[in-house]
Amino acid sequence: MAKQSEIRYLTPLSVDVKKKKYCRFKKNGIKYIDYKDPEFLKKFLNEQGKILPRRITGTSLKFQRRIAQAVKRARHLALLPYVTDLMK
Amino acid sequence: MNNYETVFILTPVLSDDQMKEAVEKFKTLLVEEGAEIVNEEDWGLRKLAYPIDKKTTGFYAFLEFKAEPHVIEKLEVNFRRDERVIRFLTVKQDKFALEYAEKRRNKGSKKQDAATTNEPVKPKRTERQEPKVEKAEAKAEVPEYVVEAPEAVEMEVELNEQED
Repeated sequence: MAKQSEIRYLTPLSVDVKKKKYCRFKKNGIKYIDYKDPEFLKKFLNEQGKILPRRITGTSLKFQRRIAQAVKRARHLALLPYVTDLMK
Repeated sequence: MNNYETVFILTPVLSDDQMKEAVEKFKTLLVEEGAEIVNEEDWGLRKLAYPIDKKTTGFYAFLEFKAEPHVIEKLEVNFRRDERVIRFLTVKQDKFALEYAEKRRNKGSKKQDAATTNEPVKPKRTERQEPKVEKAEAKAEVPEYVVEAPEAVEMEVELNEQED
């Protein structure tokens, strides 16, 4: 048998390629964020129902403000919880 | 005249008729104040994300209307006075919201128009039979792969040695 000291991989090791984050609202031309659609807003919340920061979602500042506004309205109307565990 | 939209939650204790009557009450109030109702939606009984007044469900109602700003104050006073309303939210629509609301209304009407057609079940049955035949063939081929596999491994080993 061949020397087993050398480790060979069938597929080349994936070197971390940094994906450029982008603002999905600017890219898709969404102008208004609806507070009446909790399923959509859940994309911007973590499991505890907290709003995710911009550095993770990549949203632009303009739309981050609007997300925050929409999420807070949805919470007031009990469409989204203020606090929770295991939302997804 | 500004465009507004309001969502309010009614207690689940009410019967359907009582709920409709409550919605009607606020609609007539708006009309009396000179507002023009653009759209009206009834989302029905929904589960609340957290309990309000020890209630876990509520009737959601949604209104879109054009009105003068002073009307809102009267409307909200009435919401607060009415015991049937457990939550409400009134929002002024900006130009983007207005655009979105129009699209939403059109979508809603289209959904109602579209008739659901059930596809016949027969084609599925024929599809189910075909995979069975393929599986039988695959089983027959398996032994051949087993025989081939060791040779392939040996070939690779030899190649590696040559490279070294």
